Amino acid sequence: MDTEITLRVDGAAHPLTVDTRTTLLDALRERLRNTSPKKGCDHGQCGACTVLLDGRRVNSCLVLAVTVGDAEVTTSDGLAAGGQPHPLHRSFVERDAFQCGYCTPGQVCSAAGVIEEARAGWPSAVTADLTAADAELTDAEIRERMSGNLCRCAAYANIVPAVADVAQASGVRR
Amino acid sequence: MTTVDRVVGAGIDRIDGPAKVRGTAPYAYEHDPGEPIAHVALVQSTVNRGRITQLDPTRAEAMAGVLAVLTPANAPRLSGDLASDLPVLQSLDVHYQGQVVAVVVAETSEVAKAAVGEVSVEYAAEPPDVRLAVDRPDLYAPEKIMAGYETDSVIGDVDGALAAAAVTVDATYETPTQHNNPIEMHTSMARWDGDQLTMWDANQGPHNIVNDLVAGFALDGGHQVRIISPYVGGAFGSKAFTHPNQMVAAMAARVVGRTVVLELTRQQMFSLVGHRTPTIQRVRLGADPEGRLSAISHEVVEHTSRVNEFAEQTATPTRVLYAAPNRRTTHRLARLDVPPPTIMRAPGETPGMFALESAMDELAHELGIDPVELRIRNEPTEDPERHIPWSSRSLVQCLRTGAERFGWAGRDLRPGVRTDGRWLVGTGVAAATYPARRRKADCRISVAGTPAGPARYVVEIDGSDIGTGAWTALTQIAADALGVGMGDVELRIGDSRLPFAGGAGGSTGLASWGSAIVLTARELRRRLEDEYGGQVPPDGVTVDGGVPGPSPHAQERSMHSFGAHFVEVRVDADTGEVRVPRATSVYAAGTIVNAKTARSQFLGGFCMGLSMALHEESVQDEVHGHYANHDLAEYHVATNADIGEIDIAWLDEDDPYVNELGLKGIGEIGITGAAAAVANGYWHATCKRIRDLPITPDKYFR
Amino acid sequence: MREFRYAAATDPAAAVALLAGEPSGAFLGGGTNLVDLMKLGVATPDVLVDVRTLTSREVTDAADGGLRIGAGVPNADLAADRRVRERYPVLAQALLAAASGQLRNRATTAGNLLQRTRCGYFTDVTRPCNKRSPGSGCGALRGLHRNHAVLGQTLDGPGTCVATQPSDMAVAMVALDAVVQVLGPDGARSIPIGELHRLPGDDASRDTTLRHGELVTAVDLPPMDMPSRYRKVRDRASFAFALVSVAAALRVEDGVVADVRLALGGVAHKPWRAAVAEGALRGRPATEESFAAAADAELAAATPLPGNGYKVPLARNVVVRTLLELTGGLA
Repeated sequence: MDTEITLRVDGAAHPLTVDTRTTLLDALRERLRNTSPKKGCDHGQCGACTVLLDGRRVNSCLVLAVTVGDAEVTTSDGLAAGGQPHPLHRSFVERDAFQCGYCTPGQVCSAAGVIEEARAGWPSAVTADLTAADAELTDAEIRERMSGNLCRCAAYANIVPAVADVAQASGVRR
Repeated sequence: MTTVDRVVGAGIDRIDGPAKVRGTAPYAYEHDPGEPIAHVALVQSTVNRGRITQLDPTRAEAMAGVLAVLTPANAPRLSGDLASDLPVLQSLDVHYQGQVVAVVVAETSEVAKAAVGEVSVEYAAEPPDVRLAVDRPDLYAPEKIMAGYETDSVIGDVDGALAAAAVTVDATYETPTQHNNPIEMHTSMARWDGDQLTMWDANQGPHNIVNDLVAGFALDGGHQVRIISPYVGGAFGSKAFTHPNQMVAAMAARVVGRTVVLELTRQQMFSLVGHRTPTIQRVRLGADPEGRLSAISHEVVEHTSRVNEFAEQTATPTRVLYAAPNRRTTHRLARLDVPPPTIMRAPGETPGMFALESAMDELAHELGIDPVELRIRNEPTEDPERHIPWSSRSLVQCLRTGAERFGWAGRDLRPGVRTDGRWLVGTGVAAATYPARRRKADCRISVAGTPAGPARYVVEIDGSDIGTGAWTALTQIAADALGVGMGDVELRIGDSRLPFAGGAGGSTGLASWGSAIVLTARELRRRLEDEYGGQVPPDGVTVDGGVPGPSPHAQERSMHSFGAHFVEVRVDADTGEVRVPRATSVYAAGTIVNAKTARSQFLGGFCMGLSMALHEESVQDEVHGHYANHDLAEYHVATNADIGEIDIAWLDEDDPYVNELGLKGIGEIGITGAAAAVANGYWHATCKRIRDLPITPDKYFR
Repeated sequence: MREFRYAAATDPAAAVALLAGEPSGAFLGGGTNLVDLMKLGVATPDVLVDVRTLTSREVTDAADGGLRIGAGVPNADLAADRRVRERYPVLAQALLAAASGQLRNRATTAGNLLQRTRCGYFTDVTRPCNKRSPGSGCGALRGLHRNHAVLGQTLDGPGTCVATQPSDMAVAMVALDAVVQVLGPDGARSIPIGELHRLPGDDASRDTTLRHGELVTAVDLPPMDMPSRYRKVRDRASFAFALVSVAAALRVEDGVVADVRLALGGVAHKPWRAAVAEGALRGRPATEESFAAAADAELAAATPLPGNGYKVPLARNVVVRTLLELTGGLA
């Protein structure tokens, strides 16, 4: 069933026609030809499709495009403000935090979300003291918080320092 | 030419990195064909063996947006020369569950997927025969096993030596079916311009795909097919060969007369693109009281499908790893109602080394000898079955260096005696090995002067970067071989229009493509010197070159890389949960081209082995015949939280025999032996020897 | 995915009225489970009424000292809520042990409560499943059931079902005696959470006692003054459903169990309130022996399948361990 919507993606508004069945991921990839979010499972099980929706990381494969409304969608490509690489882009390359690169834009968006969640003081499943005033991004914390993004090449041990570098530079406790 | 610093060996950032992290490097589905793309979806068999008795596409055909429904009744005829499961929609017979029985082409992916449910299919089916067992009466010995190895090897009197041995181990190990599951699903986007086929495709070697399309569509030759694959989202073997997706995409594009895309679903990745065969392996070792092996026997039972013979070379590492005068390796196959198996990272060595290296650990315990020391005592001075010298072999050094880095010295041999709170703690070791091979590869290098600045070198070869770092490493190799900076080299790979190269697989990529580049570059430099006085002529120069195949020393030297894994394993005493908080892996694999991407390759291989040890198993339902856990929520691969501190190191190793660069290939070695190291550490922590992977918490309660 | 109409409503009452006239319609919350099931063809609603932003996204203090959780509160926000972290750690831990950061950002409180089983026969429309297709059988019974139920299954007849309820949050809420607030075509009602989920009985198709058109609007947590915790055992270190989980709260006075709450996840078609164990523990010494005896008493009713017998000793061990940790007996 076709519906007219306007998606706000990486700072630009895109009026488009979607099927009510169209997911945000497919709207981005198939309608807008935005190649940044990837499809790795289409069921919220791998994290390759992760984007920021009003700044929060979500699996775009499980969001119906018709429900997005005027929320701002940010892809990894959109994190490169004015064409300048985001610090996470630099750290992922510097730390070789990927191999095939297919899960990577999702990892980058997830990492951006992780850092914001830590700045907001959110705990994780490995946080010993749930009542702590702020969140520390130790290696164990990063591993747990990044576990919604599968990397079959298993660059995990490089993703951790790539996220840590930027977290530290952002003033998050390590 | 001016002299520049050599870059081979340096840890160079990936040249494709900036585009990949932003998501702008185009993978198969992400190229712009210049017209609206039609979408292909698949109707798959729900039975394992039988025949389609009724297939009604009319409801699907009537749906708005559906462009075509292809069935065995109306699909284009493919040539009869296609093997395995490539003759898609050519018959009503069903040979495995998941076989493509109809194809929907529609304007949008939503319509295509919805239409799949509107195609009704009925079958006359037989019950699935999917259970692998050592006592099946239909086990058979294939003529050869993969990679050209002999099916069996028998040297000396194994049974006599085992009977006479002071200490023996006789144990059976099982590895389950596993699926490659690269994160990018297999995807093919196809377009016909007249009788010219263009396909943007996820594969690990465009040239590997061309011939099947030429054969299937009865084309005149490879010039009518162009496969474009500059970026590939992982593969691990499943994208090495043609699978039904490429045939279907080409067929659908021809029928609807426009560009189509077929992106498999994750669930379809469990039936249409191969898997690692399950294995049952009996290993028997005989040794004297000092641990010197007198006999090694490694007997393998594994499966293949009704439509292909895939004979995995599982016991072949046992033919090279340890010295023993009496030796036997065998491979037997059961032909089951399963999808065609294929290669998955270090096929053969990966399951085989789990069995052999577990058995060595069991033997060390029987003897009361440190398992590192046991391996060193059985170091062969030459290839123990071919009786030829090694091109280079540094296993002992890997074991010693790894033991040193890990802090192995003083390890208590006794299992089940260390705790940390509620954790049972142990450590394990295993060796790693993988053959070093070089394959045929062609290359073309062109140089042209630029108006202002240095000459620009275009290096063309149909190599492939599936995440290995080939984009970067080949550019490094070319820069050094040409004596220029990396910035002066433009590399072109991943396109079947480029000079021939075999796919990325078997750790042969850099050995083959890199050698081709080196030899072609040498020839270019010679011509520039001899014919142009060392100057680049105004019209430029183009040179074609390459390597013809295996190293000329391959028959007189045994060529393998080696390594050693050390792991700490923690098992929760109450729950059986397993953690591997730290590991050390040391490798000797000849020249390392890029220290940064190589480390990632070793790391990735080891972690896939850890994932195999603890998580991965495709469970085939014996009643319904399907893989019952066919998605990434239920087929578990390691997450970030499953990976601890991993120390990766490699030894300097100079091997003048393997190839022009002295490199042995590093894509596979990391996974070999890794699962055994984890299982050995698990035993050392718990006293429980888990001989059937994966080591999930339930097995703690046996 | 089957075609459907997408409908937005202005408030919960309007949404309820809208769905009341749509027998094959469904409410859409975060979509993390429903959209997944629609892609698989398991859920085939012909109209989706979007309630994600209709119900409250706030956690508010209740007059009795408890909390009211709006049905639209995302799991991530609930886990991060300071009052939840301080007063209901069992709930924060259950939420944080579930799914992934991305899913928790999107999944809502009501949607989490109502998520459906991950049984692979339920999610595959080509397989028999009495829950998805009543009367078709239960594929898991003789198939893959390593992670299926050991308590309260229906093992024969038309209701045969060995699936588990997958929510971690619900297990914690059951231990907390939460109350689910519901708005339906016939008005509002309150459901003690222990009565929300049901065993398969003779109708595996119904996961809960909700009637068509009823909308969860809030979950109330009564005051809680006992230490509590959640322990989840899974196949990998993160991002996996529970093999077994335990939600526990314990108050010990003079070495004796004064009060205890115990619920198990991953073992049954609903969050399993371990009432037998609780009864066996009250007034008993807070020792490992008592905890083990209580766990054994609860699990005596287990009817494990050939492939999941490990869950019985596993559940026992996790109950004992979690209670010991709550006594401070284990670091």
